[in-house]
Amino acid sequence: MRRQIPMIITFFVGALIIVSEFIPHRPFGNLSTSLEGWFLIISGFAIILGQLSLFKVNIIKIHRKAPNWPYFIIALVSFSIMVICGILWGTQQQPGLLHTSDKMLNFFGMKPFDYIFKYMFENLSATMFSLLAFFMASASYRAFRARSPESTLLLIAAVLVMLGRTTIGSTLTGWIPESLGFLHLPNIASFIMKYPNTAGQRAIMICAGLGVIGSSLRIILGIERSYLGGK
Amino acid sequence: MKIFEKFLHIDRRIIFLLILLGVAIPLIWTLGFNLEVTENVQSVYDLLQNLEPGTRILISFDYDPSTKPEIQPMAISLMQQAFTLRLRIIATALWPMGVQMCNEAYETVSAEYPDVKYGIDFINLGYKSGGMVTINHMAKDFRSTFPADAGGNPIDEFPIMKGIKNFDKIGCMISLSAGDPGLKQWVMIVHDTFGKPVAGGTTAVQAPTMLPYVNEQQQLVGLLGGLKGAAEYELLINKPGFATKGMDAQSVAHLIIILFILIGNIGYFATRKQKPKLEAK
Amino acid sequence: MAILMDRIGIWIGAFLTFAIFSFLYKDNPFYKIAEQIFIGISAGYWFIYTIYNILMPNLFIPVTTDFTHNFILLIPAFLGILMLCRLIPTIDWVSRYALAVVVGTTAGLFFKRYLQSDVLNQLTATMLNPFASSNAAQIIGELILIIGTITGIVYFFFSKKHEGAFGTTARVGIYFLMISFGAAFGYTVMARISLLIGRLNFLLGDWLGIIKP
Repeated sequence: MRRQIPMIITFFVGALIIVSEFIPHRPFGNLSTSLEGWFLIISGFAIILGQLSLFKVNIIKIHRKAPNWPYFIIALVSFSIMVICGILWGTQQQPGLLHTSDKMLNFFGMKPFDYIFKYMFENLSATMFSLLAFFMASASYRAFRARSPESTLLLIAAVLVMLGRTTIGSTLTGWIPESLGFLHLPNIASFIMKYPNTAGQRAIMICAGLGVIGSSLRIILGIERSYLGGK
Repeated sequence: MKIFEKFLHIDRRIIFLLILLGVAIPLIWTLGFNLEVTENVQSVYDLLQNLEPGTRILISFDYDPSTKPEIQPMAISLMQQAFTLRLRIIATALWPMGVQMCNEAYETVSAEYPDVKYGIDFINLGYKSGGMVTINHMAKDFRSTFPADAGGNPIDEFPIMKGIKNFDKIGCMISLSAGDPGLKQWVMIVHDTFGKPVAGGTTAVQAPTMLPYVNEQQQLVGLLGGLKGAAEYELLINKPGFATKGMDAQSVAHLIIILFILIGNIGYFATRKQKPKLEAK
Repeated sequence: MAILMDRIGIWIGAFLTFAIFSFLYKDNPFYKIAEQIFIGISAGYWFIYTIYNILMPNLFIPVTTDFTHNFILLIPAFLGILMLCRLIPTIDWVSRYALAVVVGTTAGLFFKRYLQSDVLNQLTATMLNPFASSNAAQIIGELILIIGTITGIVYFFFSKKHEGAFGTTARVGIYFLMISFGAAFGYTVMARISLLIGRLNFLLGDWLGIIKP
């Protein structure tokens, strides 16, 4: 029953959503609208679950003295500070339990939650991803070789798009007369993006879409049960 | 021939340093290369230009600080154009950090437009999870999805939300998206199910995958892709900003990467011909 | 005081930026500390915003202020609590009931939307008359679009061996896919460099004041 009842629920809910597409009137339309509203609330709890899981996993690692365990204390402390600031003093738009006094606003210029977000998180998040610029440049140099016709085609397309989609492309071929406008790098890049790239991406999209349709049906019909987990 | 072997073994720290300098120097000393507007960006601009003053548009801030350099300039430019045209913006977010991104964009833009009032010309409805399911719920029952704005104030108090029960009174929808959930989900529901025009601004990574939606059916009216898309939009509204300044650095960095790819390939082909000769000996 | 705290905040941001950039040299304690701070703050942010933007306005406030009309919301609240039971190993199986509702709703909606948007609309968009235009570039482009889409789809059909005419068609499809991947790579480069531009703009502008706004 621990697996059968969830599968029955999945079937009824999935079928209801599909049927409401064709019969939007009562009761199907109202039921599906209610279900979607409930989904919003349940997904909120799912997010809370994620954060609490992070907390639990880190506590376990600290308790078992896993490798690099002192660093996990930092994660827990940052999480706790952020939550305490958010609950007690609120966010930019939300008042917290204590309501922010003018003194604190004058001191920080904003609420503590927003201060941590703006000066710490924004910088950390942006820098984490900007590291990729360096690694991507290094990886392109090392791995990008025209070893076969396919990789040569990939390389040529990449170089044309990289030049055409920057201002240097306009400058390099800006002197070309309009009658030979098809040789202007931005026009070449636009042509590549609009036609062959769209063709390839569309093929991927259609095939992936068919895959999603198949998976959805399998889940609704109970053939796919991996989402239920263990025993 | 040794030089060609050296081409294959350039220390990666040299590459890192050249990339760093290639980006930093043009930020300090601008080069002023030309910028051209492309068709997809022009389409987004025209979409807003053709709306009547007072029309409400929905903008969704579906990104976080990691993609802020690419998408925030688009958000600012779109808001500047909307307020110039006296359009009214209903903002929401499918990513939690999108709320802060929206607040920062609004703070930047509202300083230039002192007549713009919160609750009348602009409202931030905050973050909702659930992706496509939530968007579908918005389309059927907007007010129960958003009973309050981001500050917890009931939406009935705000004139901008008067009469909004679904997407019927929304002129168009723009998603500023860095991934999933994002533009794809908005297209699927807002345009393909309810027939409202949708435009988008995405990161450069996502842009090629969204281009199939720019088609005869106008699933997407137009698309701003990456920093270049943002720079083109700044050019169209005649307010150059961060994106325009960054294009020179972008160009130089691209040239450096192309140069290294060429060096690597020259080294590869030159030494590849060497190896069969050595084996024959 | 706020101006001083703003300045201190910029210095904190610059320090954390360099802590992350230090990974380019090698992994080190500064990077590890910055990484864990990032994880902790991100999780805390999500937690707070989920409570303030979802659970408060959509659940707690409607139930507490107007219980008569909103008592039905106790059902998703109950399912949400079942979801949280996943944290307790002995009763984690009860979360399957909530998961079933979530998965069923998503599967049902995805089935409809992907069929319409990603299959039918895309096929319709490919059914062009390429010779309707008088522009040579557009004619060639639309022919490329039609041929590329069909051959690309043929490539992804793995139930039949790629040989003979079918194999040749699939091969053409691969070439179109390679052009797509090359274009995607070019755009990926643009994206990553843009992020670095953002960081250097912060360091050179906000922190050092070398770049003026």
